[in-house]
Amino acid sequence: MSVLEVKDLTKTYGTNPAVKGISFSVARNEIVGLLGPNGAGKTTTIDMILGVLEPTSGTITIEGNDVARKKSEALAVTNFAAVYAQLPGNHTVHENLNIFGLLYGVPNRERRIDEVIREFDLEPFRNTRCGVLSSGEQTRVSLAKATINSPHLLLLDEPTASLDPSTAQTIRQKIKGYAAKGIGGVLWTSHNMQEVADVCNRILFLSHGRILLEGDPRTLPHEHGKKDLEELFISIAREPLLHESL
Amino acid sequence: MNAQRVYAIFLRQWYLIRGNATRFVQMFIWITVDIVMWGFLSRYLGGISGSGFNFISVFLGAILLWDFLIQIMQGITMSFFEDVWSRNFLNIFASPIRISEYVAGFTLASILRGIIALAVMLVLASAMFGFSALIYGAAISLFLLVLFLSGVALGIVAVSIVLRLGPAAEWFIWPIPALLSPFVGVLYPLTVLPAWMQFIGHLLPPSYVFAGVRTIVSGGAFPGTELLLGIVLALLYIVLAYFMLMTVYKKAIRSGLIARYSAETVN
Repeated sequence: MSVLEVKDLTKTYGTNPAVKGISFSVARNEIVGLLGPNGAGKTTTIDMILGVLEPTSGTITIEGNDVARKKSEALAVTNFAAVYAQLPGNHTVHENLNIFGLLYGVPNRERRIDEVIREFDLEPFRNTRCGVLSSGEQTRVSLAKATINSPHLLLLDEPTASLDPSTAQTIRQKIKGYAAKGIGGVLWTSHNMQEVADVCNRILFLSHGRILLEGDPRTLPHEHGKKDLEELFISIAREPLLHESL
Repeated sequence: MNAQRVYAIFLRQWYLIRGNATRFVQMFIWITVDIVMWGFLSRYLGGISGSGFNFISVFLGAILLWDFLIQIMQGITMSFFEDVWSRNFLNIFASPIRISEYVAGFTLASILRGIIALAVMLVLASAMFGFSALIYGAAISLFLLVLFLSGVALGIVAVSIVLRLGPAAEWFIWPIPALLSPFVGVLYPLTVLPAWMQFIGHLLPPSYVFAGVRTIVSGGAFPGTELLLGIVLALLYIVLAYFMLMTVYKKAIRSGLIARYSAETVN
C-alpha cells in the first residue's frame, strides 16, 4: 500500500517549468531514491510534498490525505530532515524535540524524546544548545526530530551529507531498519551513488523536471550499459535527451 | 484549533525568554525609561501648573497604557522574528500547524510579555510617582482589552509586512507605534488635531482609551459606548489583519518563498 501518491505533478515559475508532470508512489516499507543533477527538480518536488510550495497542477496524497485540501492531516503523518533546515540553534536538543513533539502531536512525548535521543546517540547533548553542536551532531538532531512522530512518510534530503563515514553508515542502517519494520516509507535524495545503491529499494532519476528512469539501483546501471550508478548518473546528467527516449 | 500546537509555539518563546538574560532584560529597558522620564515630567508639570490637574494619572497613566499596547504588538512580532532569524520557517510550516494556531501561539506569548511589562510598569510608577490604576475603576479592564486587541491587530499586520517584503522590512516595523501615536491622542485630546488627523484618530481604537482616561480622571461619566466602539473596531482590524496575513501566506506558498525565506529570495 502506498503512503505517498504523486500524480501529474507540475510546478511552473512564470514560464519556467521546474517540475513537468511527474507521477510516482512510495510504499510503506520502501526507500525510494530521488536522484538527479542540481536543478533537476528534487527539492521543488519535496517542497510540494511538504506543502510549503503550491503545485501548478497535479495532486499529492499522503495516507489518503490530499495535501492541497487536508494539509494538516497529511503532514501529521509526515516528517523530514534536510541539510538546509537545521533546528533553531538557541534551543537545547530536548527543547527542540519537545517543541516538535508537540507540533506533531506525539503521544507519550517524554518517553518518545528519550527513545530518539538514545537512537541517535544524543544523550551527552540532551541539554546542549543545538547551535554549538557540530554539523554532524546537528544532523543527528534533525533526524531525531524527523522520526519523533514515527512518520508514515519520511523525506530525507541529503541526510548524511555532513556525517563522517562511520556515523553515515549507522544512520543508513537505522533508516533501512525503519523502512524494513514497515513503520513508514522513505523518500531519499542524495548525490552519493554508493549510498543510494546501498539504501534504496528503488530509484527515480529526475532531470529537467522529468522522471527519466525508474528501477532497482542495483540492476538499472547494467540495463543501460553502465558500470555502476555513478556512471549512469553522469550519463543522464550530461545527456538527458538520450535517456528521455528510452 | 489544536491546543498542543498553539502551546508549542508559546513554549518556544518561553524557552527563549527563560534561557537568555538578554531577551529577558530587553523587555524592561524601554518601559523603565518611559516610566521614569514621563513620571518626572508629569511631576514637574503638576508642580508648575498649580491647576490641580492630575498629570500623573493622565500623562503617566497614558504612557503606561500605550507601552502595554507596544509590548503586545512586539510580543507577536518578536516571536515571528525569532523564526526569521533562526531560519525556522521550513521546519514550522512543513509541520501540521495551521496559520491560525501559529498566530494564536504568538498571541499567547504576547499576553505573557504584556502581563510582565504591565506589572513592572505599575510597580515602578506606583513606587516612584504614587501612581494608582485604581483611579480608572472598572474601566481599566476595558482599556487593557482595547489595547490588547489593537496590539494583536498591529502585530499581525507587522508579521504580514515582513513575510511579504522579507527580513529587511523588519526596520519598517519598529516605528509603527511611534507613527500611530500622534493620531491616537496619547497625551492630548483629538480636538487639538487638524480635521484630517482627527478623522484618522477616530478610526483607531486606542483613541477611545486615551479619551476615556482623560474623561475618568476629570470626573466624567464611564465612557462605556466609546470603549465598546473601540473593542468592535479592534476586532474588525484583527479580522482584516488576519485576512492580510493569509493572503500574503498563500502568495508565499505559491511562489515558494516559505521554503527559501531570506532577504535574497523575496520578490
